[in-house]
Amino acid sequence: MDMNEIKEIFFQECEEQLAELESGLLKLNDGDRDPETVNAVFRAVHSIKGGAGAFGLDDLVSFAHVFETTLDCVRSGKLEPGQDVLKVMLKSADVLADLVSASRDGGSVDESRTRGLVKELEALANGELPSASGHEAPKPAAKAASAAPQEETPKPTDESGFQPIPFSFDGFDDEEPVFEGSIYEVTFKPRRELYSKGNEAALLLRDLSRIGEMSIACDMDELPALDKMDPEASYFSWKISLKTNKGEDDIRTVFEFAEWDCDLEVKLAEEASTDEELPMIPVPFDLSILDDASAAEEEDKAVEPSAVEETAAAAVSAAKVATGIVKAADAAARVAEKKDAASSAAAAAQNNAAAAAAAAGQTIRVDLDRVDRLINLVGELVINQAMLSQSVIENDTNGTSSINMGLEELQQLTREIQDSVMAIRAQPVKPVFQRMSRIVREVADMVGKQIRLVTEGENTEVDKTVIDKLAEPLTHMIRNAVDHGIETPEKREAAGKNPEGTVKLSAKHRSGRILIELQDDGAGINRERVRQKAIDNDLIAADANLSDDEIDNLIFMPGFSTADKISDISGRGVGMDVVKRSIQALGGRISISSRPGHGSTFTMSLPLTLAVLDGMVVTVAGQTLVVPLTAIVETLQPEASAIHSFGANQRLISIRNSFCPLVDVGRILNFRAIQANPVDGVALLVESEGGGQRALMVDAIQGQRQVVIKSLEANYTHVPGIAAATILGDGRVALILDVDAVVAASRGQSLKPEMALKPEMSLAATG
Amino acid sequence: MSYAVKNLTQGSRELIAFRIGDQEFCVNIMSVREIRGWTPATPMPHAPPYVMGVINLRGAVLPIVDLSARLGMKDAEPTARHVIIVAQVKTRVVGLLVEAVSDILTITEENIQPVPEVSSDLEKQYARGILAIEKRMICMIELDALFPEKESEAA
Repeated sequence: MDMNEIKEIFFQECEEQLAELESGLLKLNDGDRDPETVNAVFRAVHSIKGGAGAFGLDDLVSFAHVFETTLDCVRSGKLEPGQDVLKVMLKSADVLADLVSASRDGGSVDESRTRGLVKELEALANGELPSASGHEAPKPAAKAASAAPQEETPKPTDESGFQPIPFSFDGFDDEEPVFEGSIYEVTFKPRRELYSKGNEAALLLRDLSRIGEMSIACDMDELPALDKMDPEASYFSWKISLKTNKGEDDIRTVFEFAEWDCDLEVKLAEEASTDEELPMIPVPFDLSILDDASAAEEEDKAVEPSAVEETAAAAVSAAKVATGIVKAADAAARVAEKKDAASSAAAAAQNNAAAAAAAAGQTIRVDLDRVDRLINLVGELVINQAMLSQSVIENDTNGTSSINMGLEELQQLTREIQDSVMAIRAQPVKPVFQRMSRIVREVADMVGKQIRLVTEGENTEVDKTVIDKLAEPLTHMIRNAVDHGIETPEKREAAGKNPEGTVKLSAKHRSGRILIELQDDGAGINRERVRQKAIDNDLIAADANLSDDEIDNLIFMPGFSTADKISDISGRGVGMDVVKRSIQALGGRISISSRPGHGSTFTMSLPLTLAVLDGMVVTVAGQTLVVPLTAIVETLQPEASAIHSFGANQRLISIRNSFCPLVDVGRILNFRAIQANPVDGVALLVESEGGGQRALMVDAIQGQRQVVIKSLEANYTHVPGIAAATILGDGRVALILDVDAVVAASRGQSLKPEMALKPEMSLAATG
Repeated sequence: MSYAVKNLTQGSRELIAFRIGDQEFCVNIMSVREIRGWTPATPMPHAPPYVMGVINLRGAVLPIVDLSARLGMKDAEPTARHVIIVAQVKTRVVGLLVEAVSDILTITEENIQPVPEVSSDLEKQYARGILAIEKRMICMIELDALFPEKESEAA
């Protein structure tokens, strides 16, 4: 493993830490005051700083350091995480993310923004609330002044960043003039996690001994009998009496990386109330020997047993001695095991970060290519299994043999394998949603609006490819919602609304698809203006009679933008049509509903996976086609009396007294020259994204099947009217119908006529 | 017509020769992935006439091109004796329907003669040289020129 690989891992971890950071800050923003949340935020920044330091990423380290210092104030309760404070912190998180990506991919960050934030953060750490302008530089004098009177110094979180601070002894004058410091009682009880994360109690104690003069006692009362002992559990705790002139924070700093995995109590000792209360006899713990501990494993083994043995002999009854020795040997073994990990502080920091990440849930990092290969193979398996059962059915006419039973089981197994493999790719939409909150913040800042993003159902899982491709259209839409949807605070107040606008982003599963809704409580669509704009841009005729819904959907037309002034954020006229096209490319649909004065809701419905699809296998003009099941509302056998001619060559079918246009799929796809007689076929009633229903005429239905989606674009080109291809049980390729495109074609929009005119092009397209 | 000569590397190289009607053609063996028998293809709607459809090549969708029609000759009527040359053309894999694979040729630069000046576009566009082997005439074609990659169609 070379340095670059390690660096790559660091950056991957940074991504996770940044996500943790942001979600933590957002939780705090919503009023969560759980100390664990603050800790998680602090940990995230700290881990990034630690890793960045190891790679010499100075910009990152220095910013993270300032950020961390401010967060520490929040953690210690000196700074109340109010809205203003969190605003600065969220911005800092954004800058930190920028710095991380700049360190990874090169490139630069906005220096002035970083500097401005550093100043704001420092101001916060010094107890100044953010001023209205927010960019005032804190006076260094103020910093010194605020630090000086504090008896307990602010904890220096970085060794290099420690600055000696004038220490006032005035408070001690009356009491103990002899002492140059104070005595602290430290109770340290490691939990088993501490050891499993590679920390070592002895090394922590050694570090502690460097702060001041200390005496230490080991409490072994919890040590069970040998047969009940869990070799990986933690049984010992230590009582330390430490004479030091440092503050309590310095003591806690020693346990910084272990803090979450042990019970730590630090308090000022009351006078002369020491040894009598302790249930055990303090045994001098010779830590000087441990200074060489990292030198040799053998030494560790030698030292630990003897030290503990000694303790045992003095404090525990004879019956327990044997147990103690075993335990000691075990402890020694653990020292040997963990020695490498504990050898350097940086390594410990990395370990801790990894452990913290792992605590959220056991995960492994797998190269996406490997997962994709597995998915492809399973796809092949499914096809092969289908081919096998088909040939067995063809050849085995009795149909009672055990082969059939075996095949059925095989089918079930393959289906299960497929489901579980698909689940590997499924990811929660959370990362995308989190990215959106940053976009909302930035855009809202730019246009001077107050906007809150509420997310819901962020743990809804969907295929990774869908997630990856979702970010771009969603960004467009969020920007639109913030820029156009939500009004300015003044306008909102005038309309009697909360000056702070709300954008709600939600995800949920519905009937095998994922439904993503983007809702704003803005002014809604100004239909008059949309209509006028559409007329101006020649998108509709001036006298066109459109329903409200149709007007709303005009915003998806290419070249449509209603913003009066073209802004940086949106309004270049490439907005919603691009969104619509990318959603459609994912096999999804998008629609809008709007209530004037109350806001608009965009609803996107996307397939859960781009790899498999439940389809209805149909025959059209001798060809086998697959129609996605999700598009089909119902199927029916048309009767001659239900078919009505309409105009020259249109036909309508009456379904429960409503008339629905009849579309001959074979004709649209050019499989046959003349329309087939509807009475001979089957009608599939489908619902397209426009909301309109169409009856698609096919010759016959073969059955329902789950099919593996194969790209046509990989080796061929996009074919209008065809969404993709699949391989059927007989090994032949069948085409999957693009219902929306077929319906659009039936409305008179042609299926890209240029394809027929320029045949040379068709093999040339890129996928 | 110095292009063809310039484009060749020193030393010998291998070509696969195949028959379409009464003519023989050859392509660089390095672009050929495999050769397989004819299986019925699924026709594609709105496809140009020379695209016969797509077949399943071990799980991938492979478009089949009737090379005879593509080169401007009469459409092939595929039989079980026809073969498909699976070839790599830039980033894509394409199946070329030909009547039969006839030979594997090892040639050197001296064997290649320039394409004669003829009026047909086809020859000018795709032919890269002519080989005279054992009194046969074999036309060397450039697959990349046959299926140009155009970005304009990108959706």
